[in-house]
Amino acid sequence: METLVIVKLPATTTNEVNKKIIGVREEGGAITLSRVLTLVIAPDSEECLEDSIEAANYASREHPCRVIVAFAGDRKADRPQLDAEIRVGADAGAGEVVVLRLQGELADHPSSAVLPFLLPDTPVVSWWPAAAPAVPAQDPLGKLANRRITDATNSEDPLAAIKSRLQGYTEGDTDLSWSRVTHWRALLATAVDQAPHEPIKSAVVSGLKTEPALDIMAGWLAARIDGPVQRAVGELKVDLVRDSETITLSRPQTGVTATLTRTSRPEARIPLARREAKECLAEDMRRLDADEIYHEALQGLDKVQYV
Amino acid sequence: MSDWHNPLRDKRDKRMPRIPGPCGLVIFGVTGDLARKKLMPAIYDLANRGLLPAAFSLIGFARRDWADEDFGKIVYDAVREHARTPFRQEIWDRLEEGIRFVQGTFDDEASFGRLAETLDKLDAERGTGGNHAFYLSIPPNAFQTVCEQLEKSGLARQQEGRWSRVVVEKPFGHDLNSARELNAVVNSVFPEESVFRIDHYLGKETVQNILALRFANELYEPIWNANYVDSVQITMAEDIGLGGRAGYYDGVGAARDVIQNHLMQLLALIGMEEPVNFGPRQLQAEKIKVLSATQLMQPLDQTTARGQYAAGWQGSEKVAGLLEEEGFAKDSITETYAAIALEIDTRRWAGVPFFLRTGKRLPRRVTEVALIFKRAPHLPFDKTMTEELGQNALVIRVQPDEGITTRLGSKVPGSQMEVRDVNMDFSYGSAFAEDSPEAYERLILDVLLGEPSLFPVNAEVELSWEILDPALEHWASQGKPELYEPGTWGPESAAEMLRNMGREWRRS
Repeated sequence: METLVIVKLPATTTNEVNKKIIGVREEGGAITLSRVLTLVIAPDSEECLEDSIEAANYASREHPCRVIVAFAGDRKADRPQLDAEIRVGADAGAGEVVVLRLQGELADHPSSAVLPFLLPDTPVVSWWPAAAPAVPAQDPLGKLANRRITDATNSEDPLAAIKSRLQGYTEGDTDLSWSRVTHWRALLATAVDQAPHEPIKSAVVSGLKTEPALDIMAGWLAARIDGPVQRAVGELKVDLVRDSETITLSRPQTGVTATLTRTSRPEARIPLARREAKECLAEDMRRLDADEIYHEALQGLDKVQYV
Repeated sequence: MSDWHNPLRDKRDKRMPRIPGPCGLVIFGVTGDLARKKLMPAIYDLANRGLLPAAFSLIGFARRDWADEDFGKIVYDAVREHARTPFRQEIWDRLEEGIRFVQGTFDDEASFGRLAETLDKLDAERGTGGNHAFYLSIPPNAFQTVCEQLEKSGLARQQEGRWSRVVVEKPFGHDLNSARELNAVVNSVFPEESVFRIDHYLGKETVQNILALRFANELYEPIWNANYVDSVQITMAEDIGLGGRAGYYDGVGAARDVIQNHLMQLLALIGMEEPVNFGPRQLQAEKIKVLSATQLMQPLDQTTARGQYAAGWQGSEKVAGLLEEEGFAKDSITETYAAIALEIDTRRWAGVPFFLRTGKRLPRRVTEVALIFKRAPHLPFDKTMTEELGQNALVIRVQPDEGITTRLGSKVPGSQMEVRDVNMDFSYGSAFAEDSPEAYERLILDVLLGEPSLFPVNAEVELSWEILDPALEHWASQGKPELYEPGTWGPESAAEMLRNMGREWRRS
């Protein structure tokens, strides 16, 4: 196992950093892996910065990538300054991590600082782990990217955040709250595959008020079925109502085991822990084309009845 | 209702994994190596990835006098030891709820009655809905008995709204005739679309990647033919010996064990034309076409080689020869190394020999496909400049160190024009591999989903035997195979065979 090498470069230039990256790789004997993309992270706090690097490192084991963190520090500093940090090996996942702390006027030009580090001829993914721009594709870091990932879960008003995504939507946008419910959606779809093959008349999604994953799941159902979809606050569950039966997928709020019940059939239990951000991120990096189903789910959100 | 469409499904929803409906998997031969090292861990890994249905049940059938819990313990130990994904208690707990054991023997009708009862009960208790896959991880001579019992007990019956599938492992016979008989036995009970023959090579990511490499790229297909390719070498080498495997291997040999299935499938994927899509029928059609055009090169005494490893040193270890391995007949003529040369009589490949080789106790474990290209026709270099230049090659490394290597000539830095071979490398890397599923995971999932793309059909199996049979017959008339030193690349006759054709084996 390689050891983690951290090189700190205070008050530096992008040029110096680029030279150093090559140097570190050569010295450490770290092999240049075939990296498939560049991941740009735009955290809004120091704490969020470390968490998101950890998630990115996890995802980089599935998608070898270069991770560039663009963190705006003190915007009011007198002089623009770039403090950089390079991490290679072990915990830095399957690529290298370049942390760029931008101060002063430079903080308003993150894309200038990031551009020299983008890998040639490979896609760029930008990720805002917490606060996100209203129109990600218009943001300087969003303009660089083929895929733009936001996360309504960590915003101050998750519901408002996920609802606002439709307005700012551009092909290539996704939100981690959407990947959080992929397994829920798959289990529901599999349950509906089974007879009786009746249309779904209505649906209820209920759970914590501050869980935008449930809102987007409700939006998805509203877009897919011909009938009312309600979003309630309460125990965590989804009901799909058909003429002769109701399919319910439920889970204790903090539990790891879900229960699938259907009228007049044995109950089934299934592991279904809440997905962590790192797993969601890895899933989101799997595809870089437009997620049309996500877009439709955002549109469906307008039809959801809040009760 | 065939026009029923699930509104929650959408082709464009590429994120959503396909999870099979409620079902149960019955394993015959649960005490075997394969079940413990591959099947059980793969099932856990599938559960861990969230790809098994809520009511999934796993049923073991064996002679042992076990309770459900005892079998559960066996599965638990296998999972702890061999699973690739991290152990999570909550996943195991759910899996364990669906584990059952049925004690019985293959020839005992009552045992299968009990099995049917157990499955009925699971249908009622857990809602498995009468959907069952029967995994025959047993010697082929027991296939017939088990298939008949499954039929008698009604378990094999195909009914509306439920499914019953059978999974069989190699060897699919030992020659064309026996393969036909075996297929007849299985097909008399299970229709062909319910038969899943496992060739675990087809479950490997690198093997599936051959299709992507060839047909998703513009770069390779134009040179993927006899105009540019000189020859193709397909190698599966193993460094281990056969200690403890006499029961399975003696009398079978390397060609039947590996060439007939794995290497022929690799050859089909490398040699076939572009399918119109990746549907199972379309893929099979192309594989069948190329296999129908394939035959052994003649004369067989010059174009084939076989060997048996002798005692000696392999790496740093002193190892026994095959004849001293426990369980092998002292006069066994079973080959542990086999090489054959094939020609594919199509416009694409006419004149390009395909060399297939496999062996035990070779220097290292490696499976690869190498396309060796012709030399550039006119080199504006004089001989001294290109002395060190070999032929260009494209190597698909199937295992280990999965990836693709291109070998090409490059100028050596300096004031003189000198060209030497260098490698350009694409590696799935340890990074990618970390989360890529094991071949068996993919294949078991496909069985439960009823997705037959990655399973060879009857016709492919029979064609492969048809191609190989003349070599087997030729060898049978030749007496003892040539001995080779362990830890080397096989017998001298194998090297000789390629030298006669003006070529040499790659050092893989």
